[in-house]
Amino acid sequence: MFNQIGAVTMINLRSIPQRAGLSLATIISIALVTGVLLGFLAMSNGFRATLQGTGSESVAVMLRAGSQAELNSGLSSDQVRLIEEAPGIARDAEGAPLVSGELFVIVDGIKRSSQTEANLPLRGVGTQALALRDGFQMVEGRMFEPGTNELVVGAGVIREFSNFDLGETIRLGPNEWVIVGIFSTGGSVFDSEIWADIAVIQNLYNRGTGVQSIRARLTSPEAITELQAYEEGEPRLNLDVQSETDFFAGQAGGTAVLIEIIGWPLAIVMAIGALAGAWNTMYSSVDTRMREIATLRAIGFSGFAAAVGTMVESLVLAAIGGLVGAGATYLVFNGVSASTLGSGFTQVVFSFAVTGGSVLAGMIMAVIIGFFGGLVPAIRSAYVPLLTVHRSE
Amino acid sequence: MTSLYTLTDLSKGYTRGKESITIFEELTMTIPEGDFMAIMGPSGSGKTTLLNLLGGIDRPTSGSVECQGVRVDKLSEGKLAKWRSQNVGFIFQFYNLMPTLTAAQNVELPLLLTGLSGKQRKERVATALDIVGLADRKGHRPRQLSGGQQQRVAIARAIVADPKVLLCDEPTGDLDRKSADEILETLQLLNKDLGKTIVMVTHDPSAARYARRELHLDKGRFVEQVQEPAQ
Ligand SMILES: Nc1ncnc2c1ncn2[C@@H]1O[C@H](COP(=O)(O)OP(=O)(O)O)[C@@H](O)[C@H]1O
Ligand SMILES: [Mg+2]
Repeated sequence: MFNQIGAVTMINLRSIPQRAGLSLATIISIALVTGVLLGFLAMSNGFRATLQGTGSESVAVMLRAGSQAELNSGLSSDQVRLIEEAPGIARDAEGAPLVSGELFVIVDGIKRSSQTEANLPLRGVGTQALALRDGFQMVEGRMFEPGTNELVVGAGVIREFSNFDLGETIRLGPNEWVIVGIFSTGGSVFDSEIWADIAVIQNLYNRGTGVQSIRARLTSPEAITELQAYEEGEPRLNLDVQSETDFFAGQAGGTAVLIEIIGWPLAIVMAIGALAGAWNTMYSSVDTRMREIATLRAIGFSGFAAAVGTMVESLVLAAIGGLVGAGATYLVFNGVSASTLGSGFTQVVFSFAVTGGSVLAGMIMAVIIGFFGGLVPAIRSAYVPLLTVHRSE
Repeated sequence: MTSLYTLTDLSKGYTRGKESITIFEELTMTIPEGDFMAIMGPSGSGKTTLLNLLGGIDRPTSGSVECQGVRVDKLSEGKLAKWRSQNVGFIFQFYNLMPTLTAAQNVELPLLLTGLSGKQRKERVATALDIVGLADRKGHRPRQLSGGQQQRVAIARAIVADPKVLLCDEPTGDLDRKSADEILETLQLLNKDLGKTIVMVTHDPSAARYARRELHLDKGRFVEQVQEPAQ
């Protein structure tokens, strides 16, 4: 039986050059499907990796209950004060609680690459904000002076946006700002932000004394449960309390899932197209081999061997397509830097990551296309009429 | 002489839509072992159909095809395939070689259905190619061979598994006179020296002269003519 199947398969595979055009079209269409799928998966993986790399276990992020993103949240200064007195909150050398109420507004920046406008987050922070970002450092210049129209700019913003050079004056919306410093938090999402004094932003954007998020340093990662219990038992607080790690993972998850929600259906629709192509190719393969198949059957080969031969041909074409698609995606996309809309409609800079898992997903998809594309032609090749042996060609 | 085939009341017809055509009806005859029979007759008289029934690649409408005690017409598809591989060698008008395989690989095909080892298969293939005089062409592909040479490869393929009967449908129909004579001489040699029973369909009277006897199939009836073999 293996001899038979081996021989039929060899005859089929060797005859592929006779159907070079169609076979190549099948390989290319399956490569495209795999490439598109892997492109989307690489994007969502990269995005996830960037945001998951951000955040500390011992920092709590608090938003208005149910608001999901900072942009949708709104909290009063009373709530900030209540958190400052909460259990589990760390204090600095002077005994002041490490709690930072922050504002978060969106401004327009000009992208270097396209010279078009894109959303940039402008964060209003107080002095405690620095103590809540591990690895915060000024790369150039200095911190803004409280109460002034001075800005500090994240290192990622400088890379991706124009007109943020040190010492420049920039107009953001109705207001003029002076850029006095460039900061880095070591590649986290904050590097994609601009910071200014919270009191100035509250004033310019008519926010009174309100804030949008509260960050607090915890005495330990476990203290989050204490803080959560305190929030539950305090009727004047209505917050979602989570660790910064969980917060970013949730944010990344949302966008990564969104990317995959676009990516998978697109890949599946394309896969159906590729499947039709594979089907057509294999149908014509069986057509051109009819007399050969009938001859083998007359000699005594089984219909099963003929079917397996056809199926293997289909799977081989699909696997080549999958490998070409995965290889091309890896060469083109892996590690390529991109920026896209993060949660809260701001730019997040991240790298595409073509992972082993997504290559596997792409190959499985390619093989599935090959299997279903080859199924009916394979069954058909098992039932080629024996009298086809007398056909003249 | 013991008979190889016994055909009894053999009928074959086709239904096309509401119409039914009878090709032949209630044929009864025996084919003895060691025979070399030429079946002649006008085009469409059912020569190929008869050969298909003898070879077990088609089934009769009624009647029986018996080969050495085996009711060929009653075998299941799987058993029939096995029976064909062990008993019948086919030779077709258009050779039916696999274009992507070499001569030796083409000849080896029937042996892949046996339990022979690779080495044994190689020896058998060499012997078969030797018999048809193509030992030096074993690495050639069909495209690199003349029509006559391709038909010789097909003959080697038909005999390599040592079947009892060779069924040839217009084996020289696509060849020039000289190549045709060489093929017919080879068939005659296989019949005389190796004892192969041969049933050959042809519409060429000079080809038929190589056979031991001629059967004329016309309007569903056989007319036998025994004759002296050609020299
Ligand atoms: N599959 C088929 N369906 C219907 N009619 C067929 C089929 N095969 C052969 N025939 C008819 O049977 C008759 C005999 O065909 P065939 O045996 O090929 O004749 P020959 O080989 O003597 O020329 C022809 O009239 C042919 O048209
Ligand atoms: Mg015929």
